[in-house]
Amino acid sequence: MIAIGLDNVTLSYNRHPAVHHISGRFEGGTLTAIAGPNGAGKSTLIKGIAGILRPDEGRITIENAHHERIAYLPQAAEIQRDFPMSVLHMVATGFWHRTGGTGTITPGMKKKAVQALIAVGLNGFEKRDLASLSAGQFQRALFARLLVQDASLILLDEPFTAVDAGTTAQLLAIIRQWHAEKRTVICVLHDLAQIREYFPQVLLLARECIAWGDPAKALSPETLASAAFFRDSWHANPEVCAL
Amino acid sequence: MIVYDYAFAPFVDYGFMRRALVACLALAMGGAPLGVFLVLRRMALVGDAMSHAILPGVSIAFLGFGISLLPMTLGGLIAGLLVALAAGIVTRLTTLKEDASFTGAYLLSLAAGVLIISVKGNSIDLMHVLFGNVLAVNRESLLMESGITTFSLLALAIIYRSLIVECFDPGFMRSVGGKGAIAHQLFLMLVVLNLVSAFQALGTLMALGVMVLPAIAARFWTKNIDIMIAISILFAFCASFIGLLLSYHYSLPSGPAIVLTAGLFYVISVLLGRHGSIATHFLPHKHYTS
Repeated sequence: MIAIGLDNVTLSYNRHPAVHHISGRFEGGTLTAIAGPNGAGKSTLIKGIAGILRPDEGRITIENAHHERIAYLPQAAEIQRDFPMSVLHMVATGFWHRTGGTGTITPGMKKKAVQALIAVGLNGFEKRDLASLSAGQFQRALFARLLVQDASLILLDEPFTAVDAGTTAQLLAIIRQWHAEKRTVICVLHDLAQIREYFPQVLLLARECIAWGDPAKALSPETLASAAFFRDSWHANPEVCAL
Repeated sequence: MIVYDYAFAPFVDYGFMRRALVACLALAMGGAPLGVFLVLRRMALVGDAMSHAILPGVSIAFLGFGISLLPMTLGGLIAGLLVALAAGIVTRLTTLKEDASFTGAYLLSLAAGVLIISVKGNSIDLMHVLFGNVLAVNRESLLMESGITTFSLLALAIIYRSLIVECFDPGFMRSVGGKGAIAHQLFLMLVVLNLVSAFQALGTLMALGVMVLPAIAARFWTKNIDIMIAISILFAFCASFIGLLLSYHYSLPSGPAIVLTAGLFYVISVLLGRHGSIATHFLPHKHYTS
């Protein structure tokens, strides 16, 4: 199991902090949602944990990262959806940890990729090309790739954007399954009702940590009000942080 | 017999035609697969920039050694790689995107190259560098072109999957610790290498023609990247074959004849291709039941 320690972490763009002095710990095997208003630093924090952004200050420690794998699902925008590739091939790229750039994709791997497609409700889609998928189907295909990646730490950035209710329920079931398998899952999410229903832990973020813990307590009217207060409070010429 | 006289006799009778054809085969096999990736990575214009970037190196070699294969090749290679590296660094470290940084680099190179040649050479030299001459390909340059093609096909085979994944989903590539940036830099080097290889035959201005035109034409015929590469090689070679014949029979300059024939393949594909062409746009189709 992978646990993640945040020790006074600040992540910033052009010296403007998006995540400001956050400390805390995602325990191994926990299922945590990250909530907060637009611009609160949710995606930034998850990119920091994924190792794509480096903290300006403080440290992000990922325990056992050398022995176990991390899977990261970014917001959909980064992916070139019209790339000429079949759904099965896309899912099979999830075996990168076994194939690398040059290894063979074995028949066994292909079989597993087909099973993953069935698990996300895309049976029969193997040979379809990516461009022909709807946004929701594409998101399911990405979940199939996450299944294939078989990672111990799974980072999801707003995975249900543009996904209908039925598909969301199916994908949430997969997330619950990962939790049951003792994987560490962190998921950026806007829907507070979903968080209350499905997530044992929530980190409420508004550049700083507003609340962290059981959603029943962490998502109180007071914490939500103070998170909303921070929204979009951007200054053109702020002073240098003395902390 | 008419077909034989028209299409095959020139190659049977004349060594320079045979060498030109083999050179074109080498250029097609090396360049067209790279062209497919240039198009898929939305870098077709970056390829254009690269083809100009080799000019200063070629010009400096020309100043020192005159029209001579090895120095000009090495000069072009060094200049192209330097520009690719510099533009890559500007892209990664500043807010400029790839198109802007490469355009900046190529305009500087083109101006510098033309200036350098004009200092010593005459307009015929300039024409030779800008437009090349595939009919003047000799044994040495043929060996060099085949060598470069062999190397770049092998190298492409090694970085193939990395390049595809980096192209399709760079975020995923980073998250699994794949060396996407290295694959990308290697790919740019292969592009430079093949442009230098094509430069003697087609000149710096049209070296990109056999690389990118067949690739954008192939895009209209398949949705499978492997088949797309095969089609683009086929198109590139057929365009060279037809272009050489037209050049022979009607005394046309060979480079433009080849690139224009490749352009014809492209226009036909745009009009009649199976996927996303103008024909599929306008022809009436009954929709399916599901």
